[in-house]
Amino acid sequence: MSALLEAEGLALRFGAVPALDGVALEIFPGEVVAIVGESGSGKTTLLRVLSGMMRPEAGEVRYRDPEGGFHVLHEMKEAALRRLHRTDWGFVHQNPRDGLRMRVSAGGNIGERLMAVGARNYGSIRAEAAEWLRRVEIDPARIDGMPALFSGGMQQRLQIARTLVTRPRLVFMDEPTGGLDVSVQAKLLDMVRALVADLGLSVVIVTHDIAAARLLAHRLLVMRRGQVVEQGLTDRVLDDPQHEYTQLLVASVLAA
Amino acid sequence: MTALGYNFGYLDENTKRMIRRALLKAVAVPGHQVPFGAREMPLPYGWGTGGIAVTASVIGAGDRLKVIDQGADDTTNAVSIRRFFAKVAGVETTERTGEATIIQTRHRIPETRLREGQILVYQVPMPEPLFRLEPRVSETKRMHALADYGLMHVKLYEDIARHGHVAMSYNYPVLVGGRYLMSPSPIPAFDNPKMDRMPALQLFGAGREKRIYAVPPYTAVKSLDFEDHPFRPARADAPCALCGSRESYLDEVVVDDKGGRMFVCSDTDYCATRQTQREAAE
Amino acid sequence: MSAAIRTEGLGKSFTLHLQGGLRIPVLESVEMAVAAGECVALAGPSGAGKSTLMRLLYGNYGAGTGRILIRHRGAEVDLAAADARLVREVRCETLGYVSQFLRVIPRVPTLDIVAEPLMARGVAREAARARAAELLARLNLPARLHGLPPATFSGGEQQRVNLARGFVPGYPVLLLDEPTASLDAGNRAVVVGLIRAAKQAGTAVIGIFHDTEVRDQVADRLFEVLPMPVAA
Repeated sequence: MSALLEAEGLALRFGAVPALDGVALEIFPGEVVAIVGESGSGKTTLLRVLSGMMRPEAGEVRYRDPEGGFHVLHEMKEAALRRLHRTDWGFVHQNPRDGLRMRVSAGGNIGERLMAVGARNYGSIRAEAAEWLRRVEIDPARIDGMPALFSGGMQQRLQIARTLVTRPRLVFMDEPTGGLDVSVQAKLLDMVRALVADLGLSVVIVTHDIAAARLLAHRLLVMRRGQVVEQGLTDRVLDDPQHEYTQLLVASVLAA
Repeated sequence: MTALGYNFGYLDENTKRMIRRALLKAVAVPGHQVPFGAREMPLPYGWGTGGIAVTASVIGAGDRLKVIDQGADDTTNAVSIRRFFAKVAGVETTERTGEATIIQTRHRIPETRLREGQILVYQVPMPEPLFRLEPRVSETKRMHALADYGLMHVKLYEDIARHGHVAMSYNYPVLVGGRYLMSPSPIPAFDNPKMDRMPALQLFGAGREKRIYAVPPYTAVKSLDFEDHPFRPARADAPCALCGSRESYLDEVVVDDKGGRMFVCSDTDYCATRQTQREAAE
Repeated sequence: MSAAIRTEGLGKSFTLHLQGGLRIPVLESVEMAVAAGECVALAGPSGAGKSTLMRLLYGNYGAGTGRILIRHRGAEVDLAAADARLVREVRCETLGYVSQFLRVIPRVPTLDIVAEPLMARGVAREAARARAAELLARLNLPARLHGLPPATFSGGEQQRVNLARGFVPGYPVLLLDEPTASLDAGNRAVVVGLIRAAKQAGTAVIGIFHDTEVRDQVADRLFEVLPMPVAA
């Protein structure tokens, strides 16, 4: 089985600050990989580089398409990259406002990705949107409701529905529970966990929430100052951390 | 004879050459908006300066010009523009669709089927069909470049979800040549099908926005729709009170202070021709 | 005869960077081998490293030295050197672990927690839930609890959920850490029956049993884990 996404030698600096310093990783089909680390460790930058939203100064990201062909991400044309981002890939932003159209109804938000890839039957677009609202535990009766009137947790679930409707194989998530209340976080994490298992998704999730990483991720990358200081099986990294920084990170968390 | 002191067609030759270059590019890339340097015209933006600039650049001494506003030849705007070209280009003018070689229009396409060799020049207030949906010009440009038009369908979806049908009765967006999303200018959706594979050349000028675009003869122009909500051109369900036409686009005219009204053809030439034919037949 | 799971020179020490790099050796040169159908009980005083050995065998702790060879898909693989994906695959198909405490997943009903490892192996949802319900019933967990998340369950109830989750797939190698600690006599007997049935089916079992009565009923032999001499 070959990787869906491979990266090697990624380097990027912001002025004198190394945001990425020799990062390599592979994401395999069905694998959930969490990137953890403190603010400024480079984890969000890594996510943006992996997803093609940012260009590294050195190194390469390769993407494997469903037919098995490899593409160097930062050599892809913008049109191809856009197509990738609304078909085979998805991106869930920390702030749902960055991932939703706030003046478009819930149904329209979910339907947009379908229409962008050529769906032209109103009835089936609507049926699919209703089905996805149900899957993310939003009452389908609110299909014509505006996201601005939804709670933060609902907005985030709507963003996830909008992202998953085209059945992507690889989803990037940037602190998806970041702005939510603790009780709402648990519900969202559990929903994501179930969807990931049902759909066999590959996920790269950036989080500073160690408990969320333990719940969702098969594999963990610990980042510090632009470097991956430790990586491996989630429970092993958290229960038997080797690197000084990982030990500090795990020790700072209450009963993760 | 052209009026003294003006170049033929009012614009100087260099400006006309620049606009013609933009027009050639527009014809080569149907539906694509081409920037051009709009010149000051002796009338304000919003009165058809873009259309006039285009007409001025393509008109020749042998042309016969027709100008309509909302289908009518006898409104102020139409009369002014016709007189303007009679003065600065010395061309013949006409109200007959069939006799014209260039027809400049605001908000309508004549009912009489246009033929090869004719040029239809549209006055366009806002050339960007996505402007209400995506306020960033840089992003709309990117969407055109990538043919990324899902958002326009989202607008249609929202209309159907809210109103049960697409709530756009004019300026209804079209896809040109299977590639570029285009604003047909504020013509009624009823006229959209006339654009499809039209034998005449269609040129669009937006003066304030400084954009030119074109649809070459016999180009496919498709109104956006859904399979289960197909595009349906609508007209008032009545015959014309003057000529009896059941095919033409109708204006509703209030005739008294008691709420009395009647429907008459918006295309005055078409209506007049039919009335003459009917009288001749009697 | 090759073992279902065996170790060669297995050793483990912890380095505590937050305490000035303090190094604590826990295990050294562990050599053990367990055959299919055999049950081996780990013995040794408290703090000798029995639980650490279990966690090493499961891959939860990384081995310091040596090899952990497990028969997986017809060949021996070294868990100590395996990458994360291979460890996951081995855990999905070959190696089960019942820890002392259930790690509760919020909102997921008991029945789905137990059925999950079966579904991960490709068993259809309904069939997996049926087998899960059957096993939970055998462990005397009332059916009215099956639809609830176990977060609010008692210690004994949670342990039975944990046991059901460990036993339901029928792993070729099963690790049991204090499987009967919070159970009453009746349920202890059920667990003894489950272990015996698993052995019968060819499962290699390694367990820590403080309950010597249970241990004597299931274990074929003891494996002594010796405490490391405290560094001077």
